[in-house]
Amino acid sequence: MSYTKLTREQIAQRIALDIPEGAYVNLGIGMPTLVGNYLPRDREILLHSENGILGMGPAPAAGQADMDLINAGKEPVTLLTGGAYFHHTDSFAMMRGGHLDICVMGAFQVSADGDLANWHTGAKDAIPAVGGAMDLAVGAKNVWVMMEHLTKNGESKIVGQCTYPLTGIGVVKRIYTDLAVIEVTARGLVTGRLVPGLSFEELKRLTGVPLLPSGDRAAA
Amino acid sequence: MLNKIVDTLQAALADVRDGSTVLIGGFGGAGVPADLVDALIAQGAKDLTIVNNNAGNAEFGVAALLKAGRVRKIVCSYPRQTDSHVFDALYRAGKVELELVPQGTLSERMRAAGAGIGAFFTPTGYGTELANGKETRVIGGRGCVLEHALSGDVALIKAERGDRWGNLTYRKSARNFGPTMASAAKCTIAQVYETVELGGLDPECIVTPGIYVTRVVKVRRSPQRAQKAA
Repeated sequence: MSYTKLTREQIAQRIALDIPEGAYVNLGIGMPTLVGNYLPRDREILLHSENGILGMGPAPAAGQADMDLINAGKEPVTLLTGGAYFHHTDSFAMMRGGHLDICVMGAFQVSADGDLANWHTGAKDAIPAVGGAMDLAVGAKNVWVMMEHLTKNGESKIVGQCTYPLTGIGVVKRIYTDLAVIEVTARGLVTGRLVPGLSFEELKRLTGVPLLPSGDRAAA
Repeated sequence: MLNKIVDTLQAALADVRDGSTVLIGGFGGAGVPADLVDALIAQGAKDLTIVNNNAGNAEFGVAALLKAGRVRKIVCSYPRQTDSHVFDALYRAGKVELELVPQGTLSERMRAAGAGIGAFFTPTGYGTELANGKETRVIGGRGCVLEHALSGDVALIKAERGDRWGNLTYRKSARNFGPTMASAAKCTIAQVYETVELGGLDPECIVTPGIYVTRVVKVRRSPQRAQKAA
């Protein structure tokens, strides 16, 4: 049977629908930022930005950009009514002190034990930059990863052991890919919500590390 | 009469010495004390260690200081950006030293300096390359890394309003590192867009109390610059 991979937007949509009412959430730079576009309108979800914003709103209307009000990706944003500003150390206390319910981050690799590699390729000529990735990785109550299942060369980004430099050890709780949703548990990688047409056996073959079926495979 | 307001950027920076550690506020383009940084370039201090979240954008602020050849070392969390070509070139040529620090650890190290704390243990970075060579300890079942306080000889920050006692308020996310850096340096210099009489700032809303501030200098708002900083 053939299957179609989810687009980035479809993965973002899936994640957004899994975020509950009242959650305090940090969306990482890059692909995870898309999640903000799909948050259900009937839920109050408070977005945190590392540079001192809680209750961050969407991008401003054309011509309304205020460069004193930017997100972690340095793009102009808005503040929801009821939102707050605070300084950097307070902002990172929220992140490091376990106050955020969920953070969504991109990744180069996630290991079967939930190790996360997402800050540096380790290439000799690469200039390393870490930002707030390590703080979020250890600090958020739930670290969710959003990434493509396979690299461009078809290698699994879910691995036995990360070969890229680590961001955090045993920190990832859930992985959303363009093929499935995978929970990192003490039992192993519990895998469900496979895209239609993809068999569990085929996903196991592509992933190359042991996967357990979640039993709710039909619930896409 | 206590008056921390000085008339010129030159007067504000007159005693910055070669070899100083300078904390510079800002995150991306927001909160960058660009007038103070330009004045520091003109002042001429060199062999500086700069602490900033980034390593400069385009050729403005910290990037201009780097380009002028005044920086020996930069301590930051995120040097690589789409427009960080000045830093990239100097780094690749081995002309500037980089100490990469997770952003929350960078901020907390300065908070520690301002609060008289010598060092602290944090789980951030445990088991990663950025913990190499650092003391570690398992506390409450979690691996932690010992991180030392980071203080400055000088802090250059941008605030919105200030009074002659040095009390400051900020604007939106331009606040970022300002309050923490103000507490962590021997000499804190704030550029503001507006100076007000004592009592002109609501005491319930003062973000940085004047005890942390050495000098306040008023600068003109430049929308063009804000745009460039973006």
